[in-house]
Amino acid sequence: MNNEVPSIWQSMKAKGYSRREFLFFCGVAVAAAGLKSSGLAQVVDAFEKKPRPPVVWLHFQECTCCSESFIRSSHPIVSDIIFDTLSLDYTETLQAASGFQAEKARDDAMKNNMGKYILLVEGSVPTGENGVYCMIGGKTSEQILKEAAEGAAAIVAWGSCASNGCIQAARPNPTNATPIHKLIDKPVIKVPGCPPIAEVMTAIVTHVLLFEQIPELDSQGRPKEFYSRRVHDTCYRRPFYDAGLFVESWDDDAARQGYCLYKMGCKGPNTYNACSVTKWNSNLSYPIQAGHGCIGCSEAGFWDAGPFYQHLGSFPGFGIESTADTIGTTAAAVAAGGVAVHAAASVIRKRKLVLEQRAEAAASEALYEEREAAAAGKKAEEEEGGEEQ
Amino acid sequence: MATTRVATYQKMYVWELPVRLFHWVNVLCMIALIATGLLIGSPQKIFDAAEPSQQYWFGTVRFTHFAAAYIFFFNYLFRIYWGIVGNKYARLKEFIPYTREKLADFWTVLKVDILQIQVRRDLAEGHNALAGFTYFIAFVIFLFQVATGFALYSSMSGSFIPRLFVWMVPLLGGDAWVRQWHHLSMWFFIVFALVHIYLVFYHDWVEGTASTSSMISGWKFRKPNEIKRDD
Repeated sequence: MNNEVPSIWQSMKAKGYSRREFLFFCGVAVAAAGLKSSGLAQVVDAFEKKPRPPVVWLHFQECTCCSESFIRSSHPIVSDIIFDTLSLDYTETLQAASGFQAEKARDDAMKNNMGKYILLVEGSVPTGENGVYCMIGGKTSEQILKEAAEGAAAIVAWGSCASNGCIQAARPNPTNATPIHKLIDKPVIKVPGCPPIAEVMTAIVTHVLLFEQIPELDSQGRPKEFYSRRVHDTCYRRPFYDAGLFVESWDDDAARQGYCLYKMGCKGPNTYNACSVTKWNSNLSYPIQAGHGCIGCSEAGFWDAGPFYQHLGSFPGFGIESTADTIGTTAAAVAAGGVAVHAAASVIRKRKLVLEQRAEAAASEALYEEREAAAAGKKAEEEEGGEEQ
Repeated sequence: MATTRVATYQKMYVWELPVRLFHWVNVLCMIALIATGLLIGSPQKIFDAAEPSQQYWFGTVRFTHFAAAYIFFFNYLFRIYWGIVGNKYARLKEFIPYTREKLADFWTVLKVDILQIQVRRDLAEGHNALAGFTYFIAFVIFLFQVATGFALYSSMSGSFIPRLFVWMVPLLGGDAWVRQWHHLSMWFFIVFALVHIYLVFYHDWVEGTASTSSMISGWKFRKPNEIKRDD
């Protein structure tokens, strides 16, 4: 079929992009992939000659916010390229084909590019009730995922859904929404966030296209480039935190001064993402800059780690309002009560024992004094005897 | 006349200097860690009007917490070492009631001192079996606290020790949960200290073996065999 796969440059040219636009795209790709500017020649060379890699983009249990974020990349040319120029052979929300044709397009793309295509997965996979909660073309999402993963050169989990289950995996997780790395054996590049930042998404795709290998990942499978630092540690409000200046309520003076939102439940201190560096909407702003705390949307189980507006989370099984401090204070109060009861009981139960010991001590004191007296008497006698002699 | 018991005590060197040092360093670390930990969990509004460039108090609180944590950890490791080379009261096997004798002591202490079903018992020389077991549990929670604490700062640290505990984060389901458990276990230390101090006083009052001062001097006292006196 499509054996003569054109390179990125060839397909861009066919779509009417100029050489200048192509070079600009290469420059953006260099920056996005974190290369030195001297890497430009290498990128241009690769994009001129290498066949464009086919992309299969699957959608399961999700809200399409990842796709929405992606197409709003601040470098539209990058997403344009990915959508227009890359061989996006299958994506439910954007493909032209429908019905059997769509399924055929996917099967063909996978068959013809076995071991070469990039698999992007948006959404979690419900495995409950044999997967009936999300079926496409008569197949469960688990089946589709496993088939697609088999011949994939690289697999990217778009967003928190595919990376950690997101909201639909929150307790009690009725559909048994499962992140994809739990269902397939291959390494998965996790790009969590609800949604992930557009620039982060394009950079990761660019990296995979450019180097044909997965970027360096942290212990949880997230690209280190974007997820190795906490939102908190790169936040512009961090100096207020170190200085101990906090917003105490949403409309106080501290909030107007832009103090740290730590006490308002900001989840920045335990959220790994690039929000405070890369920001959103073409580097315009990010939640904390807009005056709202981070909700930790890129962290596994963030929905259950709430409430959003409280620093300490509630503990499951102890009621919505109960934090570690509620539990701890109760435990300490119970212990203090126990101590008081025990002390009172001891005074009653052990009194005799203590009195006995006092009697023993008195007896030993008496014995000691007797001996002392006896010794003194003896000594006196001896001395007297001595004088007599 | 009736027979009167005469108190005769044998002086025993129970807690060696390293054990006592461990104990008090641990106390100081725990006070520092709890105080700074509570502040980190719930920072107080102290210098509201100041500009951030003029102060760093919350950073200092966190620094104190981390520094105390390192001392706490090495002190803990030292105690494990002393549990291998120390005297018989310091040995690690003292902490687990695995022999029949220890188990019997465990139940006796429970009956006599905690539930007070019985009034008297023979006194243990070092820790009693129940106390030893409580310290064993405390040691496990110390380790949990060390692991969660270092795990919380592992991702931002290139140092060797925090990196040892990276695995805690996915195990507990993310940083938020590590923080939760770290905070909750702090309450164990508070409850432990409360009960521990009370019981030291209780034992000293009931038994008169100088258990309070023993952690300063190392000496404890016991009645070797009762000397009776006929008047």
